[in-house]
Amino acid sequence: MLLIQQLLNGVMLGSVYVTVAVAFTLTIGVLNFLNFTIPTLFMLAGMVGWALAYWGLPFGLSGPLSWPLALFFGVVVSILASLIVERFTFRYLKTKYGDSTEHAIPLVSSLGFLLVLENLVRIGYGTDAQRFPGPSADLTMNIGGIFVRIPQLVSLFLVVLIVVGLTWLLKRSRIGRGLRAIAENPDAANILGVDTRRVVPIVFMLTGLLCGLAGALFAVNYGEVSPQMGEDIGTKAIAGMVVGGLGSIWGAVLGGLIVGLIEMLTIHFFGADTVQVAVWGLLLLTLFVRPQGLFGHNSIGKGKL
Amino acid sequence: MSGYWAGILTILAINIIFAYGIFLPVATGQLNLGGAGFQAIGAYGAAFLSASFGLPVPVTIGVGMLVAGITGYLIAFPLLRTRGVYLVLATFAFAEVVAGLILNSDTFGGAMGLSVPAFIDWHVAVIAATVVTVFIFYLMSTRFGLTMRAAHDDEVVTDLMGVNVRGVQVAAFAIGGALAGLAGGLYAHSFNFVEIQSFNALVSIYVLLYVLLGGTQTAWGPLAGATFFTLLPEALRTILPALKNSVYWLAGVEGPVSAPDDSWRFVILGALTIAMMVLRPEGLITRTLIERIGFRKANAGKGAVA
Repeated sequence: MLLIQQLLNGVMLGSVYVTVAVAFTLTIGVLNFLNFTIPTLFMLAGMVGWALAYWGLPFGLSGPLSWPLALFFGVVVSILASLIVERFTFRYLKTKYGDSTEHAIPLVSSLGFLLVLENLVRIGYGTDAQRFPGPSADLTMNIGGIFVRIPQLVSLFLVVLIVVGLTWLLKRSRIGRGLRAIAENPDAANILGVDTRRVVPIVFMLTGLLCGLAGALFAVNYGEVSPQMGEDIGTKAIAGMVVGGLGSIWGAVLGGLIVGLIEMLTIHFFGADTVQVAVWGLLLLTLFVRPQGLFGHNSIGKGKL
Repeated sequence: MSGYWAGILTILAINIIFAYGIFLPVATGQLNLGGAGFQAIGAYGAAFLSASFGLPVPVTIGVGMLVAGITGYLIAFPLLRTRGVYLVLATFAFAEVVAGLILNSDTFGGAMGLSVPAFIDWHVAVIAATVVTVFIFYLMSTRFGLTMRAAHDDEVVTDLMGVNVRGVQVAAFAIGGALAGLAGGLYAHSFNFVEIQSFNALVSIYVLLYVLLGGTQTAWGPLAGATFFTLLPEALRTILPALKNSVYWLAGVEGPVSAPDDSWRFVILGALTIAMMVLRPEGLITRTLIERIGFRKANAGKGAVA
């Protein structure tokens, strides 16, 4: 029974990884860019949401149920931050110097943003973990000895909705066709009339939205936020993305769930300290044995970054 | 010399050696985001031998360096099967696995860390850094350095010219791993304590930033990058409070001003990184710059073959 509970917890935790991993895989799939600001965007939504809920909302919006609104503003901040990142990273993807480290430029810029944003939050709100208010009522269901928290169920439902919506967007809509064309070949897409300058920011908006939502759901479900909360989630999401295959959305979904399950099962059988070895060992193994992951295509990330 | 400056010189020397360890793979076109893993191997190797067997310092550091180098050699074969973003992720994962294994090992003290009995003075680290710097400058001037550069600029053409690109890259990983291990061993003996939290992912990020911002084209790059970014926080330690005081004075705020938050230094490092990538993505020091300083106009701008 405890094992079933742990499996359920694994799926719930995995759903957070899934959302962040989808954000990672989207930027890699479309822009061939490993965006290290993603963990920070995740953290930003949670911390800004907490700060607003704690110190009160502007415009006299504070009330007994102000925390969902605060989280909404947190997600907005994370989308805006993502757009700022776009200005300074992807815009400079192509350099005139022809140096082969050029593929590292957006990646290194995003590392710079990671340092700036995370430390600004630290300066503003301190380094300590903070308790997020969240729903006051005890919303736990007991189904035959298994405890299910209703916010977690809602989150899981939301995550499924987001992924299905994103798949629809990429497969069916005009924007999605543009994005897939850029993923295939940016120059050819440009020639054929895809306005790269207008379509690329959409990737970053989606990234901000996904990370922001994940951060907000994490704050509600686990009741705690801190400036460091993105580091662990972000790195595990990277592991999930690689296991599923870079550039594949359903791969990221499966990979995120696998990592969540492995984490919970490792804790259950071996204790909390071995989680790192299990998750990262799985990642190394995937990279060495099947670098394209479970669903990935061989071409993405090969040669150029 | 005061303890403060001795400490800074030690950190500077360690960072320079560490930066050269990451520079070698990067100079062959392989981004290594697992520096902390190699450094941890060197540090824990030295700490373990010193604490458990009481071996003399040169032996402990030497063995730690050797183990890190061999690890670099062995891990290079599977690592180099991956490319681009996969390689970055694989090196990152390598460092995390090393940290995880050490954290779970009772021999290495787990989360408690290990204390290191033998202490080395600051000048040992400085001498080591000098030797390493001279060695790298020599290495870059040899035929091996030339093939590294060629592999960095165009792997396929270099391969077609009959250069064993894979061999060069593996060697760069092995020597780089050994140097990062040396930095770790010096760290262990200089600070007499190692804990795995000091070898986290941020350390790998910082050292890669030193190298990339300094410039990967010449051996001057990592030297400049590591020196600048090690001394910058120390300079900011005095500059930032003065700056904050003057801002408050201009704003007319009375009374004593609290010291600015320590995190500002990292904000500045990050902002500099972003600015550098926009303005000068090839790093601070390039071959062209060196040629211009040396008044070798005839070769300037053409990437002359030395």
